Amino acid sequence: MSRFKILALLPLAVALSGCNYVVLAPAGDIAAQQRDLVIISTVLMLLIVVPVMALTVLFAWRYRQSNTDARYEPEWDHSTSLELVIWSAPLLIIVCLGALTWMGTHLLDPYRTLGRIHADRAVDQSKAPLEVDVVALDWKWLFIYPDYGIATVNDLAAPVDRPINFRITASSVMNSFYIPALAGQIYAMPGMETKLHAVVNHAGTYRGFSANYSGAGFSGMHFNFQGLDDKDFDAWIASAKSGGGSLGRAEYLQLEKPSQNEPVRRYGTIDSDLYRLILNMCVETGKMCQSEMMAIDAKGGLGHEGLNNTLSLAYDKYARRGTALGPEPTFVAGTCTPEAPQGRTTASITAPLDTAPLLGAGLKRPTFTPLKSSSFFLGQRPKSDS
Amino acid sequence: MSPDLLKLIFGRLTFESLPLHEPIVVGTFAVVATGGLIMVAGLTYFRVWGYLWSEWFTSVDHKRIGIMYMILGIVMLLRGFADALMMRLQQALAFGGSEGYLNSHHYDQVFTAHGVIMIFFVAMPLVTGLMNFVVPLQIGARDVSFPFLNNFSFWMTVGGAVLVMASLFIGEFARTGWLAYPPLSNIGYSPDVGVDYYIWGLQVAGVGTTLSGINLICTIVKLRCPGMTMMRMPVFTWTALCTNVLIVASFPVLTVVLALLSLDRYVGTNFFTNDFGGSPMMYVNLIWIWGHPEVYILVLPAFGIFSEVTSTFSGKRLFGYTSMVYATVVITILSYLVWLHHFFTMGSGASVNSFFGITTMIISIPTGAKMFNWLFTMYRGRIRFELPMMWTIAFMLTFVLGGMTGVLLAVPPADFVLHNSLFLIAHFHNVIIGGVVFGAFAGIGYWFPKAFGFKLDPFWGKLSFWFWVTGFYLAFMPLYVLGLMGVTRRLRVFDDPSLQIWFIVAGIGAFLVFLGILSMLIQFAVSFLRREQLKDVTGDPWDARTLEWATSSPPPAYNFAFTPVVHDNDAWWDMKKRGYQRPLLGFKPIHMPSSTGTGIILAGLATAMGFGLIWYIWWLAAASFIAMLAVGIGHTFNYHRDFDIPADDVIRAEDARTKLLAGAK
Repeated sequence: MSRFKILALLPLAVALSGCNYVVLAPAGDIAAQQRDLVIISTVLMLLIVVPVMALTVLFAWRYRQSNTDARYEPEWDHSTSLELVIWSAPLLIIVCLGALTWMGTHLLDPYRTLGRIHADRAVDQSKAPLEVDVVALDWKWLFIYPDYGIATVNDLAAPVDRPINFRITASSVMNSFYIPALAGQIYAMPGMETKLHAVVNHAGTYRGFSANYSGAGFSGMHFNFQGLDDKDFDAWIASAKSGGGSLGRAEYLQLEKPSQNEPVRRYGTIDSDLYRLILNMCVETGKMCQSEMMAIDAKGGLGHEGLNNTLSLAYDKYARRGTALGPEPTFVAGTCTPEAPQGRTTASITAPLDTAPLLGAGLKRPTFTPLKSSSFFLGQRPKSDS
Repeated sequence: MSPDLLKLIFGRLTFESLPLHEPIVVGTFAVVATGGLIMVAGLTYFRVWGYLWSEWFTSVDHKRIGIMYMILGIVMLLRGFADALMMRLQQALAFGGSEGYLNSHHYDQVFTAHGVIMIFFVAMPLVTGLMNFVVPLQIGARDVSFPFLNNFSFWMTVGGAVLVMASLFIGEFARTGWLAYPPLSNIGYSPDVGVDYYIWGLQVAGVGTTLSGINLICTIVKLRCPGMTMMRMPVFTWTALCTNVLIVASFPVLTVVLALLSLDRYVGTNFFTNDFGGSPMMYVNLIWIWGHPEVYILVLPAFGIFSEVTSTFSGKRLFGYTSMVYATVVITILSYLVWLHHFFTMGSGASVNSFFGITTMIISIPTGAKMFNWLFTMYRGRIRFELPMMWTIAFMLTFVLGGMTGVLLAVPPADFVLHNSLFLIAHFHNVIIGGVVFGAFAGIGYWFPKAFGFKLDPFWGKLSFWFWVTGFYLAFMPLYVLGLMGVTRRLRVFDDPSLQIWFIVAGIGAFLVFLGILSMLIQFAVSFLRREQLKDVTGDPWDARTLEWATSSPPPAYNFAFTPVVHDNDAWWDMKKRGYQRPLLGFKPIHMPSSTGTGIILAGLATAMGFGLIWYIWWLAAASFIAMLAVGIGHTFNYHRDFDIPADDVIRAEDARTKLLAGAK
């Protein structure tokens, strides 16, 4: 068997030379600092792990039964000074590591804007950071560059040494946005936004992917991240602007549908409100945005009136969303925004009779209306896929 | 028949639900069915059904239930490990444009089933089985506090396992990962039966686990023999107590979170959807409030086993008993304060993340103290390298590595780059295999002679040991490396060809582990055939220290003819030292609980109810539920719950042992 093991190890040695330990040799300052923490913590712990392993082997060998020369004290089971050592040695290591953790966690908080772009270079305040909005779709990545008015699928680029501010969300299920060479990962969750601040220090092409299993197409959900110098980045933006189509709400709803191993796509023009709508889960017209819902709820909510403000769900991502025993699937109908008055929807919600502040519990109970029939008020029932 | 009638009878179960188009599944089914048929035919031919039913299935004897738990764990290990081999093969093949041999529909079920089975139906039964078998013996009790409940708990665990196994051939299993995070596991994205199998499999088994936890706590708190104060309990009993406290405090959380998920899936509530104000983050928090203590539920009893084994085979009192106990209790409490470290990357603030990071590190202090305690138990001992001790040394060397990478992952910025990577996979296999599995094997080797009256064959045991240990290192060290290369978990295909070699090495490692499992099965068979040579007549083959070794091997149904009286830690060692004489006269009838089939019937009905709910066969679910109530109430009218073992039988059993002992001298 030992021969077997050596045989297995041979190709290992060969393989070692050609490997890319991206976590240990990243291209971005944040990932580099995270790497430093990995190494420092490991060394700190080895201070105690190595002696323990050595003592295990030593004691096992020295006090083996056949070694009758070794001392044998079957009743010896306590030593206060030894107890002090064995509790305080790990404690000391953990005190050091804990301090390191507290500092490191705060300094490398992904929500924190960058203070430096490299160990010896501060952020150039004259340059605005690059804003990128990231959306994890089934099963591809959408990157929106709001400042440039472009969007891409499975293709991300950033100029070297310019801080990048990512805002990250997802369309359907949870993913994790991770470019090992750039910075640590952060979850991408539907209806929620996470943030990541990072910078790339070396030009090159790096791998990015989802690090949280998200369904059938998960394996193909990766993209290339390019660190480009300023000139190349401008060229990249220009080519995206000139080459691509446009991404509006309707195109997004098409794009959002599950698909696997998507090629790179670029959109030269975008709906500038798209990211906000995706984040608030109201790209479909007529659906109330979460931000509005939260604003209403913050004022006390609509109370029982809110029950009427639902519509049958028409759009469906995979299959019917309804359940075996529950009611028909519904969503909260949108009220109104200046840009999208959604007249039909707004018409059904009459002005409150009482102008006192909205407090859910204080509202008068509405006359009973079954959920499904709420669309009668609106004069039209949306078509259902099911 | 009309479609409506079919739907009423079969719910959503149709012919298309049977995976007849999946050759791998059909092949597996053929093998399993043939094996099952041969077994059933054999059992019928040798007419052992009646014996199995009356002596085992309906038995309320904690020793037999413990053994049945172990058998369940080992059988399910074969299934869970088959999944592991399939994954390793897929990942070793799927390079350079190759899709491997598993499509995502199949592969995603395989890794989900692997995780669920290994945790719930391998590690849990092995740990619960050892606790069930050993704890009452160690505390000088005749049985657990609630023997019928114990039988019922076991069969509920089996019921859950049956549901999970059924998903292989009827329908499909979840494709969500072993914790089934929503929204993916919610009805919108997993509309088919997979997640329902997951939910009801765990709910049914979870009832068993919770009840068994209550049972063992009562047993340890109330049934200790005279003189056994809390601080004289064997360390394994201490860890069992802490583990069961964790079970009782954390499994209800799992039950509730799965119940909320089922409400989302069955009646359209919105606890974990993003629409209508729910939040999947609540699920992630809740499931890990159960999930992290679960890790300690598994590993604490393993720590207990290592304590017993180290002390016995070093021929020495356990070093630092008191600090060992306090370390266990501290770990128990702290295990509730660390759950967030499983999702530092979900976007909690830096202060929250560092709080949970630091509490996690603090756990390593009592754990480190335990490590040193074992070390100093070996110090100035006379170590006999029997198989259980070998597993213990392997554990000590392996577990510190796993612990170290664990503390590393507890540093949030480090976790951001290693979370969900193969580094994480390597870490938790390192602690679970290195800790729980090695511990269970040490425990099996250590207590096997107690359970069956003969030792395990050392040759095949050592072979299995070396296959397992080298296989483990070959299988998981490459995953640490791959994690540092930024390779994430649960991938089905790869396009970077330079990674392939590492997966091939990991695959070879998994194959060695397979040989290890095979050797272990052969070890059981060989030991059975050589049982006369390996026989233990003394009841104390290892010159051990705790009370279970004071009685015969295997122990009589009543465990101890006279309840022992304890004067010191390591009660049996103390008794031996003081020249303890076994009483030979004055035996009295012994009051014992009667066997009952109610547990297996109730669990069968619960399983049928789960099956009905999974397939929307509402009549079946309702009928089984009502039947369960009826059987449960009916059982309260069963007045044949106990009996007395006549004094003559006790005398006969004890005289037989006296003769054996005389022959041994």
